[in-house]
Amino acid sequence: MFRRLKDKLTKGWMIFCLVVVILLPLFIGVGLMVKSSLLLEKHSVWNLLFTSSWQPLEGKFGFLPFILSSLWITIIAILISGPVCLLSAIYLTQYAKSFVLKIMHPVIDILAGIPSVIFGVWGLLVVVPVIARISPFFGSAGSGYTIISGALVLSIMIIPFILNILIEVFRAIPEELTESSLSLGATRWETVKYVLVRKAFPGIISALGLGISRAFGETIAVLMVVGNVITIPHGIFDPGYPLPALIANNYGEMLSIPMYDSALMLSAFILFIVVLVFNLFSRFAIARLERFY
Amino acid sequence: MNGTPKIIIRNLNVSIGKQQILRNINVQVPENKITVLLGPSGCGKTTLLKTLNRLTDLYEDVNLKGSIIIDNEDILNTNSDITMLRKKMGLLSQRPYPLPMSIFDNVAYGLRISGIRKKKILQEKVRHYLEQASLWDEVFDRLKDPASKLSIGQQQRLCLARGLAVDPEIILADEPTSALDPISSQAIEEKFMELKQNYTIVVVTHILRQARRIADHVVFMYLGDVIEQGPAAEIFSNPKMDRTKQYFKGAFN
Ligand SMILES: Nc1ncnc2c1ncn2[C@@H]1O[C@H](COP(=O)(O)OP(=O)(O)OP(=O)(O)O)[C@@H](O)[C@H]1O
Ligand SMILES: [Mg+2]
Repeated sequence: MFRRLKDKLTKGWMIFCLVVVILLPLFIGVGLMVKSSLLLEKHSVWNLLFTSSWQPLEGKFGFLPFILSSLWITIIAILISGPVCLLSAIYLTQYAKSFVLKIMHPVIDILAGIPSVIFGVWGLLVVVPVIARISPFFGSAGSGYTIISGALVLSIMIIPFILNILIEVFRAIPEELTESSLSLGATRWETVKYVLVRKAFPGIISALGLGISRAFGETIAVLMVVGNVITIPHGIFDPGYPLPALIANNYGEMLSIPMYDSALMLSAFILFIVVLVFNLFSRFAIARLERFY
Repeated sequence: MNGTPKIIIRNLNVSIGKQQILRNINVQVPENKITVLLGPSGCGKTTLLKTLNRLTDLYEDVNLKGSIIIDNEDILNTNSDITMLRKKMGLLSQRPYPLPMSIFDNVAYGLRISGIRKKKILQEKVRHYLEQASLWDEVFDRLKDPASKLSIGQQQRLCLARGLAVDPEIILADEPTSALDPISSQAIEEKFMELKQNYTIVVVTHILRQARRIADHVVFMYLGDVIEQGPAAEIFSNPKMDRTKQYFKGAFN
């Protein structure tokens, strides 16, 4: 009798926890939306997203510089780490001896576990000075605190994340597919190029999608090296000011300005939506594309 | 031995890591005949088959000793291109593994790899080999569909078609019907009987009745050794070794 009750209670708790986990993102999303509605009532979405004048004291909130900075940094980071991860994953799963992969697994996990502030410090100490050195050659003033610095730091940070997924994707491909292709007279590389990458395509797309959603929200490491200047970046050697940095730098400080906290909530909401969309897209892509291949 | 040998295996020893998988194998595979590899699970049939087109190269720590002579060339100790060598042999595996592309592209794959680009030639050849594999009538109106949409039996015939398309001399088949329904199995068996006029065929099978139906030559293996081999009629009617007799009685299954 008592045991049955205990069983029931435990099960109740489990369901409760599960429901909390499921509802949490919903609550966060709704909360952000409610909080940013103040600003949305005063300005049109178009105005907020596509104008670049950011003068909170005068009630001007143009998010374009932040959005563009975030886009630039994320896209460049993915362009750098995507190919690196793809080639590494192919090498590790198709060419390397199995002990190499065994060594690499913990290495990747360690890389993934490094706190992002450490990547930020590394960016400050290494990336920023190097970029400062070379940026004059690209016709830029050369503080080193630039979009490209942020993108570089970010690309390193998301490597373990993307690489892990890609390794799993390639390992899931049956050996017999390779054997089939080889027995039809293909070389190892032709097999990789025409068969394995194709077979892995849905997985690659979703790995990149998840990488993008990861990169888009990364805050501290990027904030430390991008300069945080509110202008529309015209090149990768310009400074930038990504959305997460806007929130982290200002929340709690300038809240006496009217609507400011609503504006920060809106940027959080934008982040939330972008990350959500890319996550959903990536998962959807897998399910959808796998049916074809 | 009946007929001229197409493949001569001499003193072949295969080990993976410390484990010896095949021990001192001496086998002759007659040309334009169906040779059946028989033996209980784990005796090394698949390994032997893969050694024939050097797919064993994919294994780590694999060690091959001895020689396999095909057309006067020892393929285990050769300087010539292994890729070309593999093209001599079509492979049919236990389950069909269609390439992740359309039906047409599956058959055209090997042709394109070997440099054929002309659309017209590709179309002709794809049609020819799909007909050869008795698949054309079922797929001619949906060649652009992904191959994965075909039924398993159709996929296996597609794999046969794409294998034939690279114009091999030998067909290696590893339990090619084990994933198929009886009717699809029969289709494959009949195909083999037909194809043996032009190809040398080596088939691994677990199904004794299938072996009786199709075999011209039988190789019986047990735990990495070849126990007995010879013309099918002889082996089936009058096996000499105890292990073979036991196997035919169903002792190992
Ligand atoms: N890649 C490998 N690494 C290590 N051992 C292997 C490998 N492949 C096969 N073996 C071993 O070699 C032996 C023979 O395997 P093989 O697959 O050739 O047997 P088989 O006769 O084809 O069996 P089945 O009828 O079950 O398919 C087995 O003991 C197996 O464990
Ligand atoms: Mg086998």
